Amino acid sequence: MYDFLIAPFVEFGFMQRALAGSLMLSLGACPVGVFLMLRRMSLTGDAMAHAILPGAAVGFLFFGLQIVPMTIGGLVAGVIVAVGAGAVSRFTVQKEDASMAAFYLISLALGVLMVSLRGSSVDLMHVLFGTVLALNDEALILIAAIAAITLTTLLVFWRAIVAECLDPLFLRSVSRLGTPVHFIFLGLVVLNLVGGFQALGTLLSVGLMMLPAAAARFWTTRVEPMCALAVAIGFGSCIAGLLLSYHAALPSGPAIILSAGLVYLVSTIFGTRGVFNTRIRRHRHRTA
Amino acid sequence: MLKSLRLAALMSVITLTPFSPASAFAEPLKVVASFSIIGDFARNVGGDRVELTTLVGPDGDAHVYEPKPADAMAMAKADVVLVNGLHFEGFLQRLVEASATKASIVELTRGVEPIKMKEEHEHEGGDAGEGHAHHHHGDIDPHAFQSIANAKIYVKNIADAFCAADAQGCDSYKANADAYTQKLTRTEGEVKAAIASIPQDKRTIITSHDAFGYFEHEYGLTFLAPEGISTEAEASAADVAALIRQVKEDKASAIFMENITNARLVEQIASETGLKVGGTLYSDALSPADGPASTYIDMMHHNVDTIKGAILGS
Repeated sequence: MYDFLIAPFVEFGFMQRALAGSLMLSLGACPVGVFLMLRRMSLTGDAMAHAILPGAAVGFLFFGLQIVPMTIGGLVAGVIVAVGAGAVSRFTVQKEDASMAAFYLISLALGVLMVSLRGSSVDLMHVLFGTVLALNDEALILIAAIAAITLTTLLVFWRAIVAECLDPLFLRSVSRLGTPVHFIFLGLVVLNLVGGFQALGTLLSVGLMMLPAAAARFWTTRVEPMCALAVAIGFGSCIAGLLLSYHAALPSGPAIILSAGLVYLVSTIFGTRGVFNTRIRRHRHRTA
Repeated sequence: MLKSLRLAALMSVITLTPFSPASAFAEPLKVVASFSIIGDFARNVGGDRVELTTLVGPDGDAHVYEPKPADAMAMAKADVVLVNGLHFEGFLQRLVEASATKASIVELTRGVEPIKMKEEHEHEGGDAGEGHAHHHHGDIDPHAFQSIANAKIYVKNIADAFCAADAQGCDSYKANADAYTQKLTRTEGEVKAAIASIPQDKRTIITSHDAFGYFEHEYGLTFLAPEGISTEAEASAADVAALIRQVKEDKASAIFMENITNARLVEQIASETGLKVGGTLYSDALSPADGPASTYIDMMHHNVDTIKGAILGS
């Protein structure tokens, strides 16, 4: 038992780092994922992975293959896309999914154009995106800072964010915080995603943000327990995935995400709001 | 007898179109090389009789390259297209089809004895020669140019292809190829001498992806890598743990970055084991003209000097 569960983390520093990094990411990203899901913006993460290309390309054009300028460029591009899409959805008739799609496509095309002008054939995203097995001190500090900022902001603006997410018109009628909170939330999304890409790669950051949230939705209707449950599922998936990757020689990112995926599938069927329970309840209702 | 031999030689190099359009007298032969190392060979063999276009330039990664319209144009106009083959250039097949080129596509690995890629990284260091026979049943390793003996085959194939496309220049190509092959032979001797000066039990080193299979096979070093044969694959925790164990048991004596891959994994292994990163090896692409490996011969010298320096210095 000790050999199976604990020894890998005791023997190898990179396993400790992988665990610490992925757990800290779950802490911030899972609650953000819950809100994204409730706002029906679950695919934002994938869009964002493409949207940051022009920023990374600008960083690359001026500073070469340096991680820090490319990450900052990516953050700026991500914020522009998110805020642009948010503004369009807020001030026009168009919904957030359509405006997000429009903005990320423009951004992606711009990025491809810039990379081609430079004539480089190095895959920028391949260099920028990290892997959970190779977290250095900088990456760990980055993730820790993101988790801290995310949790603090969520706690401070909790009521406003919940209201903004569930009933924006109500919030607008009782407070002027609506618009700022909307953009603060989008900022959190970008921060978690871009930071996560840099440290852990796209699959892991988007996956850890959305899958635990989607799974938690099948167990509760209240937002607070849903966030807590999402974080717990995220933690469990990270630990299970890393152990699986270690013992079964599977790539780590996919192993963690598949663990979360398994939880999601089980929740879909057996969750208190899943297929099984809702069916049985309806059945009883009919016969009674 | 002689005639049939010549026929066989001709058949072995002309792959897609039996007879490419005969080039005009003063026109240079238009040659497309798929990546920088082949480009360097072609320049040495062709001299100023050929007009060379290299698709994947210095420090570029041919595994994940996305071709541009200019590449398709160069391809469509080309008389000869030189490629590595063995599925090294993933982008190539579609580009050939899309450009509708009439050029002969010459796979330079023709005549090279292919070796298979390693399935597992765990096999014991030190006995690189015999550990090979039964250990793997994966795909074929395309990085054949990492052995100088194979580079000579590449050069011969290029000369034959140029002769077939431009009979007037044949003598000049043959002469260039001979001169260059002599340089390669000299380099090979120097590489072997350098490796002979490394003690037997220190000949296991770590790089970031499996690009040095042929080098290992030919010169008796063992290379271990967390990533697989393509730079696209992702490492597993078990692979990284196995590498770290190898270093801790003093089986691997140096660790290197490569010019085309993400260095973070290598840096992490280095920092965890206390092994210093010994420098950058050039695996699948040359450096720009001002770098330490702007030609194939410079690259081989640079790689072997870097390896030797790091192992003997530690």
